[in-house]
Amino acid sequence: MSTVESSSQSSNASSGLGGALVDWVADWGRVAIESLVDVGRFTLFILETLKWLVTRIPKSETIWPAFYQVGVLSLPVVALTGTFIGMVLAVHSYGQFEAMHLETRLGAVINKSLVSELGPVLAATMLAGRVGSAMAAELGTMRVTEQIDALACMGANPIYYLVVPRLLACLLLIPVLTIMADFMGVFGGHTFSVYVFQIDFHHYWSNSADYVMNFDIFSGLAKSLFFGATIALVACYQGFYCGAGAEGVGRAATASFVYSFVIILVLDLVMNVQLEALYKTLWPDQARLL
Amino acid sequence: MTVDDQEPTSRDDEGELRSDEERSTSTKARDEGRGRHASDPTPLIELRNVTVRFGKQTVLRDISFSIPAGQTLAVIGESGCGKSVLMKTMIGLIPPTTGQVLFDGRDVSTFSEKELARQRIRFGYVFQNAALFDSMTVGQNVAFPLRQHADLSPAQIEEVVSARLAEVGIPRQAIVKRPAELSGGMRKRVGLARALVLNPEVVLYDEPTTGLDPIMSDVINELMLRTRHRYTVTSIIVTHDMGTARKVPDRVIMLYPTSRLDANEPQIIFDGKPDQLESVRDRRVRQFVAGEAGPRLLELQNELS
Repeated sequence: MSTVESSSQSSNASSGLGGALVDWVADWGRVAIESLVDVGRFTLFILETLKWLVTRIPKSETIWPAFYQVGVLSLPVVALTGTFIGMVLAVHSYGQFEAMHLETRLGAVINKSLVSELGPVLAATMLAGRVGSAMAAELGTMRVTEQIDALACMGANPIYYLVVPRLLACLLLIPVLTIMADFMGVFGGHTFSVYVFQIDFHHYWSNSADYVMNFDIFSGLAKSLFFGATIALVACYQGFYCGAGAEGVGRAATASFVYSFVIILVLDLVMNVQLEALYKTLWPDQARLL
Repeated sequence: MTVDDQEPTSRDDEGELRSDEERSTSTKARDEGRGRHASDPTPLIELRNVTVRFGKQTVLRDISFSIPAGQTLAVIGESGCGKSVLMKTMIGLIPPTTGQVLFDGRDVSTFSEKELARQRIRFGYVFQNAALFDSMTVGQNVAFPLRQHADLSPAQIEEVVSARLAEVGIPRQAIVKRPAELSGGMRKRVGLARALVLNPEVVLYDEPTTGLDPIMSDVINELMLRTRHRYTVTSIIVTHDMGTARKVPDRVIMLYPTSRLDANEPQIIFDGKPDQLESVRDRRVRQFVAGEAGPRLLELQNELS
């Protein structure tokens, strides 16, 4: 091989490597810029929604269908989820508590876990799938078929008309659905513990009363309020800014669930830390058991 | 009460009733807009050096023209040349990247959100696929702008809706149907009825005959002509249907895709009366008017390679 050929090949290899590096940096730069734009747009979307929420109550013709979709149609699935969470908790915990001869404490473990943590989180997860994806798909279809543009052309603000009723429905009804999930979970746990594992009814409930505190119920409901807002805002945002065609609508529905779920988990952690701090501030001498 | 003499009472963008003074101002502005075209040379809509870009793609480049009140303008051009974007820019749905859109002598970009919503009531927009609300019946769709902006009782709204639907040839029994149960032609006519229900000053038609059979296309053409004569509206029709472009407008503008223009070439390659389309020398216009592929297929293959 001649010297010239060899040096030319080496130069090509280095320019190829350099070019690939530049492309790689450019790709990451583009991703970073797009992510920043998306965060900014989502923030503006939230602010505009909150502005409309506090300045004007939506019309009944938009509120009732949203309440029906979020509340009534979600009842069966939330009730079923709650019941099974309670029963699964009973099955999982029973073996370990029996080994320590503490099976009468099962009620405390099941009920406390349900009302403060598992009820709100799992109900919100279920609702992010059922309600959030449906909202994203519905609004996404409206975007793709120009129905949102049509609303704007007729002098109706799309955020006031489409987003605010859905946010209100999620804010008000997801805590109510969480209470329903908690109740059904308590019922499921009780049924399995008392009737299948033959735990004494009296001890099961007296231990529950000793350990489950009002603050646990409050913290669960407080979290569900934020989870509800997250589901509505993420779903409506994804629908509002969905891509073109059927693929865009599908992506919006999927993204709605994934982002809602991730934000719910992060919020759960942050709120648990904050609520724990609040509890210690309010009742510094009382430790939270379990 | 007939439909023609019915002037819906306006509400603001939030659906609240406006004061009598505001209502009369809105009505007066609308009447002035209608009566002005005979004497006032001020254009109702004016575009000044409008450029619209989406990312790196330039859809509209340095577009300038004006539309006097009462004129019917057709914007023609091949798919993807920016016709629909142009129309959405006029109504403020897409803000121009640079340049100005003036409505009634005022820059649309300076309107507040509330003002923009109020000005949009002066427009009627007939969307390409009608954009009817799936969750509502035909009657509810046409009644929607009235419920938002007019101070009418439910009985009066029903009367106006029935009359408007009858004008576009929609039978009474279709009022309770959902948009999904209608044919394409019926959907377009319902969309037209909805766009006209507030007696707008300007009607924007986005490809009103696309996807329709020749008879139904001509029905829509006739409806557009009848609307223009009956309500004295300013109309802008985006179309690539040469039947519509020859029959309905007073003036035709042809846009050309920016991707196939040189840097200093204007995007508007024709601006004149419909009958001038037949005698124009520009090869690109002649080709479009005649509906001939010519060397276009070769160009498309070259673009791919």
